[in-house]
Amino acid sequence: MSLSLLVEQLLNGVQFGLMLFLMAAGLTLVFGVMGLINLAHGSLYMIGAFVCAVVAGWLGSFWLGLVAGLAAAAAAGAIIEVVVIRRLYARDHLDQVLATFALILILSEGVRIIFGPFPLYLSVPDLLNGTVSLGIVDYSLYRLALIGVGLLTALGLWLLIARTRLGIRIRAGESDREMIAALGVNIRALYTVVFALGAALAGMAGALVGAIQSVQVGMGEPVLILAFVVIVIGGIGSIKGAMVGALLVGVIDTMGRFLLPRAFGLFLDPSQAMDVGAALASMLIYILMALVLILRPRGLFPANG
Amino acid sequence: MSFAKRAAASIAALTLAAAPAVAQEARVGMITTLSGGGAGLGVDVRDGFELALAQSGSDAVELIVEDDARRPELAVQIARRMIQSERVDILTGIIWSNLAMAVVPSTVAQGVFYISPNAGPSALAGENCSENYFNAAWQNDSLHEAAGATANELGYENTFIMAPNYPAGTDALTGFKRHYDGELAGELFTQLGQTDYAAEIAQIRDSGADSIFFFLPGGMGISFMRQYEQSGLDLPIVSAAFSFGQDMLPAMGENALGVINTSQWSPDLDNAANEAFIEAFRAEYGRTPSLYASQGYDTANLILSALEQADVDDADAFREALRAADFDSVRGDFAFAANHHPIQDIYIREVVQGDGELTNRIIGTAFEDHVDVYVDECRM
Repeated sequence: MSLSLLVEQLLNGVQFGLMLFLMAAGLTLVFGVMGLINLAHGSLYMIGAFVCAVVAGWLGSFWLGLVAGLAAAAAAGAIIEVVVIRRLYARDHLDQVLATFALILILSEGVRIIFGPFPLYLSVPDLLNGTVSLGIVDYSLYRLALIGVGLLTALGLWLLIARTRLGIRIRAGESDREMIAALGVNIRALYTVVFALGAALAGMAGALVGAIQSVQVGMGEPVLILAFVVIVIGGIGSIKGAMVGALLVGVIDTMGRFLLPRAFGLFLDPSQAMDVGAALASMLIYILMALVLILRPRGLFPANG
Repeated sequence: MSFAKRAAASIAALTLAAAPAVAQEARVGMITTLSGGGAGLGVDVRDGFELALAQSGSDAVELIVEDDARRPELAVQIARRMIQSERVDILTGIIWSNLAMAVVPSTVAQGVFYISPNAGPSALAGENCSENYFNAAWQNDSLHEAAGATANELGYENTFIMAPNYPAGTDALTGFKRHYDGELAGELFTQLGQTDYAAEIAQIRDSGADSIFFFLPGGMGISFMRQYEQSGLDLPIVSAAFSFGQDMLPAMGENALGVINTSQWSPDLDNAANEAFIEAFRAEYGRTPSLYASQGYDTANLILSALEQADVDDADAFREALRAADFDSVRGDFAFAANHHPIQDIYIREVVQGDGELTNRIIGTAFEDHVDVYVDECRM
């Protein structure tokens, strides 16, 4: 095993983690501020990818597609919040899970009716095509750009929450909802904005990832499950926790899939090692989640201390 | 009873006996994947099947279609309901081998026929074959065996092989290795439904392989090819039709051009049944059919042909009628081996730029009258 392979896999892990962060950030914000479990977050990811693919196909520009995907996901998020989610804040989590699960079914079926059951094509922009040399390893320029976008978004989100008036309100909302409403903040508008922000992040992740994966109905659900693992590990409601959790899940999952079969290969025959290694690797992040839940039941960085 | 009445009754009975055989009715339950990542495959099987029913003009088959969302537990539930409450005579439609393994054994054990339009796991082709289980597509290994033989022919000596970790993935790698003579640069299992292949591509790059074989049907193959294109790697690919079918090529883009893949069927296969099928499918659905559509179409025609010969309630006669496979398959010559899996030619195809879309063209024949290796283990 060469150093360049190890570095490439680490980069892959970080890139995967940062895309998970985009998903998890919205999920954890919505849960932290509104106390809402939103299973339909993966559908917003799908909407971002589909709108990006279609608009990029029409206009021939990935960038316009990306903007459209982001805007569409944000708009869909805002509409969903006003029409459905708003009625769920006062209800318990079971009702929220049921209603947002229904949204998954409705949105998936809706996308299938509009765009058809076959995967769509979304190409990587010419600007980011090909590979770039990082000294010891040639790495995909697009994946490197994803790492950059993920880090910039994380920075932007931190600035938004730590340095702006909206951020103060979001933090206040996380600590005490009734109190900031009593202080005259329009809590309904704040909820819609936060939900749309989370949706926009999910839509952006969907559009960005759609260019190197298959844009298809149901693409959001596997990512959604991982995003839940991330926020459970990181601490529900915490952006910092989402960042650390996402990087942990991304790197551990990638390195596990890569190293475990090799480790078993030291004392098993190759076929068996691959079998056992692959099986164990797919459990790894759930084992991590279970460990975190045992040792720190509120996650690594619990939001409200 | 008066003499007149008795005479009339006998005449009526004689007339009935002498009447030409009319197709008997059968209830067919189709469990297939219509939502989620594998939806394209199930939609094509269903559309091909329904097209054949519509073309036949007969109402011998009453079709009930349900979506399994690629979930084994859901498929089992649907099968139970279809058999017990809806009283279907025949089940069909399953795309994924892990779902087939969950549904087929209990179905045939209850005396219901199962006719597979796709999945053909090795576990059901050998020792655990069943007289009520027919596969109208292929045994899983077959196309991959052809890919292994093709890799030899292309002079590949150090191939990296990869498939998802489920029964058909295991069969794929086993099948490839059975006929491939070169070294393996590496061997990997991925997850079923996996969308990110960065970790696998890095290992292929590091392995020093001279070529790649993979089995990644549907969205999995599309994702892999998109990421492969971005990785800067440029090794030749040899594969089976599942990873380069008409359901995937439009979403893969030009990167798929020139890829060699093996199949029992191709849109350009030259026979009258296939030409008529392609034309009718395009007219009905506005797209070029994939191999899954061809398999759905053949499955329906197989069932219709058997219903013309025998009553589905007479299981022995109906089984014989199925075994005869007296229909015009769109893949040309078709017959069942002793384990009720096809004896058929397997072609080598190349992805080419067709008339406004990417498509496959036959460039050679890998196997003639190919029979799977499990046939001798099957005792019925």
